[in-house]
Amino acid sequence: MDKNSSLAISNPHQIPMNISQKLGLILGLIGVLILTLATFNIHAEPKSWFAIGSILLIITGATVYARSTYLRHPAGIKNNHVYFKTLSNRGVLGWAIGIVLTLFYVLLYWFPSYLGLGVDGASNTGLIVVFDRLSHFFKGQPANQWFVYGTLYTLAILSLGIKFMYKYRHNRYQLIRTIVVILSQLFLAYLIPEILEGLNTERPYFAKDIKNMWPLNYYFFEPWHLDSMRNGGTLGMFYLVAGIFMFLVFTPIITYFAGKRWYCSWVCGCGGLAETAGDPFRHLSSKKLSAWKLERWLIHAVLLFIIIVTSAVLYGYFTGNGEIFGLSIYNNFSKPYGFLIGAMFSGVIGVGFYPVLGSRVWCRFGCPLAGYMGLIQRFKSKFRITTNGGQCISCGNCSTYCEQGIDVRAYAQKGENIVRASCVGCGICSAVCPRGVLKLENGPEKGRINSKEILLGNDVDLMELLNK
Amino acid sequence: MEHIVIIGNGISGVTAARHIRKNSNYRITIISGETNYFFSRTALMYVFMGHMKFEHTQPYENWFWSKNNIDLKLGWVTQIHTNTKSLSFADGSVINYDKLILATGSKPNKFGWPGQDLNGVLGMYHKQDLESLEELAPNNNICKRAVIVGGGLIGIELAEMLLSRHIPVTFLVRESSFWNGVIPEQESNMINEHILEHHIDLRLSSNLKEIISDENGNVKSIIIAETGEEIPCNVVGLTAGVSPNIEFVKHSNIETDNGILVNEFLETNCKDVYAIGDCAQQRKAIGQRRTIEAVWYTGRMMGETVAQTICGNRRAYKPGHWFNSAKFLDIEYQTYGWVFSEHNKKDDEVHFQWRHPSEKICITIAYHKKNRKFLGINTFGIRLRHEIFDRWLTDEVNVEFVLEHLIDANFDPEFYKHYEQDIVEKFNTDNNTNIKTKKKSWKRIFSLNA
Repeated sequence: MDKNSSLAISNPHQIPMNISQKLGLILGLIGVLILTLATFNIHAEPKSWFAIGSILLIITGATVYARSTYLRHPAGIKNNHVYFKTLSNRGVLGWAIGIVLTLFYVLLYWFPSYLGLGVDGASNTGLIVVFDRLSHFFKGQPANQWFVYGTLYTLAILSLGIKFMYKYRHNRYQLIRTIVVILSQLFLAYLIPEILEGLNTERPYFAKDIKNMWPLNYYFFEPWHLDSMRNGGTLGMFYLVAGIFMFLVFTPIITYFAGKRWYCSWVCGCGGLAETAGDPFRHLSSKKLSAWKLERWLIHAVLLFIIIVTSAVLYGYFTGNGEIFGLSIYNNFSKPYGFLIGAMFSGVIGVGFYPVLGSRVWCRFGCPLAGYMGLIQRFKSKFRITTNGGQCISCGNCSTYCEQGIDVRAYAQKGENIVRASCVGCGICSAVCPRGVLKLENGPEKGRINSKEILLGNDVDLMELLNK
Repeated sequence: MEHIVIIGNGISGVTAARHIRKNSNYRITIISGETNYFFSRTALMYVFMGHMKFEHTQPYENWFWSKNNIDLKLGWVTQIHTNTKSLSFADGSVINYDKLILATGSKPNKFGWPGQDLNGVLGMYHKQDLESLEELAPNNNICKRAVIVGGGLIGIELAEMLLSRHIPVTFLVRESSFWNGVIPEQESNMINEHILEHHIDLRLSSNLKEIISDENGNVKSIIIAETGEEIPCNVVGLTAGVSPNIEFVKHSNIETDNGILVNEFLETNCKDVYAIGDCAQQRKAIGQRRTIEAVWYTGRMMGETVAQTICGNRRAYKPGHWFNSAKFLDIEYQTYGWVFSEHNKKDDEVHFQWRHPSEKICITIAYHKKNRKFLGINTFGIRLRHEIFDRWLTDEVNVEFVLEHLIDANFDPEFYKHYEQDIVEKFNTDNNTNIKTKKKSWKRIFSLNA
């Protein structure tokens, strides 16, 4: 029983695939193969057509696969065999994908020339050159690693978001949330910034993804970035004001009314990838109490870290000093944060380790913006997951499928609402609950936190006696 | 220090232990022969289907028990000596108790069918049943077809489990429609349709005659009593209900009937011996409840109650309003108050029903014919707020009030379609009334300013 298939090469309980599932899988894999070969400098001409072709193949493949996988059964929860599959149960395929993703991120951050970035005026090769035409189309310049990354990232959210929507077609919360997260990535994070970039090529670069606010965007207050916005004309000033307004005013207000989910599982790019491409790995997050303890230390430490770094940077910016307390602001503050948190944590570990640690490692343990909104959500918000009286049967589906590693059941089986800083409001606990126990809602603050001794359904006198 | 011994580590026994620990520093020992640690029995199906690993069915991490100073003992009790207050185990060991709580749960019913003990026949209750099923039906090469006997909640769950391994299932249901002794025909028919939608070979009004063996003592086929049809199969699931698991209690001084007989304080005839959960049988029925209730929630409530008594605050078991829930393949079911099937309802129980024209969603509201008092509600495919219905049942509101405020009780996820308008329109048409639906009110839902 419960054989650990972790290192099994094949799934011990193979699910037969039908023709159209195979077709979808093959189409998608051809698309991935074209990009992989390109990375190793194996190209076919015209390169840009193959780039577009591979994108279309991946989207079509994912759609065909998802349709034939999910539409042949009545709508409902589709978690059969999750713990038998080598992909989703830390099997060989899971580890292999984890290693490839990690490697990709290492190259992306520190060795982009291996991905084909032309250095010192040389033209691009490898994976990057196939996106040159697309980059020219947007902004009249060759692609760089970040343009390629943004394109592939958006492609992953779009294609696997479509798959997610077929999987949860019975659940309107999931459908609407996923449409929003896809559109938010496609327009706010990708198309609009790239188009604006193309319209302002003569001005210095600054971040144009309006929702990617400080402190998630850790370089927002760096001197070079502040100067770029100040010298960026009306658009630059708009982004400067909007960026400050977003985290200072907009975020606390919306988080008060709806919880941090409005950001984390509805518009954020990191969240968007976790909810779509990361969905097959959501159950791999640790639910241990020890993991929760680590989470509370780590996420707030990162939040404190970025506040210190940003304070130092702003001090330097306004005083013109390169040092603070005898320490170099760049070498002792900005650089370590960018390396440790910006690249290592959010990129390499955050996404590379999806198939091993689950899809929300960064969001749960690292993201300072999530940490900030989490404090608001925990102490001053209308959002909670309501537990439905005494209906919980402690089955554990909610805890198992919580990507944030919240032991949802621990609350539900006590009849207690879930009010946790880390909850990103994805709504999957509610979806997988077989007894209709959980509901995400924004209600009155009074009674939101409701610890109970005796659950609803028992003797009313006993409840009154013990639930004081 | 008093030693409290609990036999059975299911929801009843564990709830009792937790509450005794909260209220006392008594020594507590929980005994189980089934598993080392408490797990959620209702979740076993998800392990077989690959939704979870077995460890996920355990609501507490393993360190929880020693941290809370609750001793766990793995073993089978063979004899209870109430005169010496001691227990003998199958391995020959003996322990003493000051107070004993029996929470031994149920076992699957077998009705003396020929072949019921063959290799390949199993119930679906214990962890060991799950292990047997993994051996007998890992895939559709080893198990070409399974037959399930008994159309109740465990039967349909077992069917869902087998379907997840792509094993063809024949489902023998004694009744003329699925579970129609409990739920009204409208609901029962909808579940029949849903079962067929999942390509389960549903055989209504069909009883098992016998299970046929091959030359090695394995299941080869079954024969249906009504038609004489022989259905080849490798596995037979017996899911015709459960009964108290009290074989070893019968040799003691503790009085039993179908279950262990208890008074309203959950006390048996022997001093300092209590029984809770599935194995307990009330000497006198409480309200409209059965004397034996093999339900998760009642087990938990008895555990909460007996813990008070053990800790010196002697209390009768007085459960509140009836509620329950289940899931039939993809359809969720909730019930609050009493809704009886057409077969079992009294004349003064009137049903209002609504069913969605295309989706698998329906609702039955039971109310009193004369005084129009709301009696209970069944919903399929709509989630309801427990607290609201509990309050409405206490307040004895009438059926019109329930319909008017139905939206307050909706517990579906945000953005789901609402059907309160359609439901009330149907009621108005059926009854020539003019009820208008109210808008959702947080004030009413949480009794704010009330």
